[in-house]
Amino acid sequence: MSAVSVEKIPLTVISLPSKGSMGKTGTWRTFKPVIHQEKCVKCLNCWLYCPEGTIIRHEDDSVSVDYEYCKGCGICANECPTKAIEMVEEG
Amino acid sequence: MAVAKAKGKVEVLTGNYAAAWGAKLARVEVVAAYPITPQTTIIEKLAEFVEKGELKAKYIRVESEHSAMAACIGASAVGARAFTATSSHGLLLMHEMCWWAAGARLPIVMTIVARAIAPPWTIWNEHSDILDERDTGWLIMLAEDNQEVLDGVIQAFKIAEDERVLLPVMVNEDAFILSHTAMPVEIPDQEVVDEFLPPRSDKPYILDPDNPFTHGNLTYPDYYMEFRYLMERSMEAAKQVIAEVDEEYYRLTGRRYGGLVEKYRCEDADVAIVAAGSSAGDAKEAADRLREEGYKVGVFRIRFVRPWPHEEVREVLGRMKAVAVVDRSISFTKGGILFTDVTSSLYGSTPLVHGFVTGLGGRDITVNHFVDIVKKVYSEIEAGEKGAKWEFYNVKWEVLP
Repeated sequence: MSAVSVEKIPLTVISLPSKGSMGKTGTWRTFKPVIHQEKCVKCLNCWLYCPEGTIIRHEDDSVSVDYEYCKGCGICANECPTKAIEMVEEG
Repeated sequence: MAVAKAKGKVEVLTGNYAAAWGAKLARVEVVAAYPITPQTTIIEKLAEFVEKGELKAKYIRVESEHSAMAACIGASAVGARAFTATSSHGLLLMHEMCWWAAGARLPIVMTIVARAIAPPWTIWNEHSDILDERDTGWLIMLAEDNQEVLDGVIQAFKIAEDERVLLPVMVNEDAFILSHTAMPVEIPDQEVVDEFLPPRSDKPYILDPDNPFTHGNLTYPDYYMEFRYLMERSMEAAKQVIAEVDEEYYRLTGRRYGGLVEKYRCEDADVAIVAAGSSAGDAKEAADRLREEGYKVGVFRIRFVRPWPHEEVREVLGRMKAVAVVDRSISFTKGGILFTDVTSSLYGSTPLVHGFVTGLGGRDITVNHFVDIVKKVYSEIEAGEKGAKWEFYNVKWEVLP
């Protein structure tokens, strides 16, 4: 028998928070949110409602999208009070 | 070993109040429950304990049994000792969450008041509800009387929280026969229970917002089987833990129940009655009566259905001439659920195994029925019958269309 060390599993599945453990989920997207910055009033509703944490909040409270992980659910566009987010079909 | 003299006060308690007392003495920290007949008075009594300040527990009122178990899972995952109780359709609604509790390895304890399932609508005793849970990964204990219900809940927490086990436990009492029938029950002193059952450890894990992690996430085919094997290993290890816990409880209270199974007059018996739950008491009385008539009869009470007492079945029942398995459940075209488990464990050994499906929907199983069953089995031994068979017993054949 060779002395290969094997990592032991815990009693049940434990997952630690880590970015992208399911891969680049942005590839699942059909519609992509596009932010029209001139209409944005920095209310941060999109940042609050995004279920995936893929709205990036900048220091001046402006926002952008992490397209590597955004699945395109459209919740941000639905919540935006000034219609500053447009869902555009992926090419 | 010195055995403590039974010390505690004796009160006349229903099975349901005995269950509530067991949970109180175990110092449960969270009770999440939904009422259902005939379980309701358990959680009513616990609500009263909490309201009066006699039990320091968070009492969560939920909108369904599914949510009751979900709340217990959450509570147990943050380290609380969690308890609930349900019955029949409530347990069926909770079924999905029962798998979650076991797979997440959370030491929750739940009292089941075994009740038949509709339709036709019914509230009376049968074991089909609790035995439906036998593959979930819960340990399943069936109490014979109200004292065992109280002691069983306390023992169940000790077993569930043992690091070798870390699986949830159901403690069964039979609907109405125990749940709403009162008998003198010794309530152990709190100090005795505290010595037996210390506060919960941090096993298997405690969710903590400052050190975040989740449990039960997506597992691919390359690891799922290993987690199921770990459950099997723990369930197997629980057999030893159950025996140890029963002995420790005996040292502290003077009461023990035999661990996985209770063997009553089995040593020199030719025929054993296999029963679980309250009817085992009637079976013992029948055995006594039959012995006076010269029949060598014993009672093999299945106390734990999971983990299954395979070794005890082979050792004790394997040397009988015949075994009469009296089931309060039916797996259609296959017989009673205990019957199927007993016959599979006895594979390759010689006794005739005769299963009797009876007592469904609360129909009484009396001492006379057990006497009749045993005499029937004796006549089959004399006729040289072998193998396994089963039948519906005590059916009104004349009313069938």
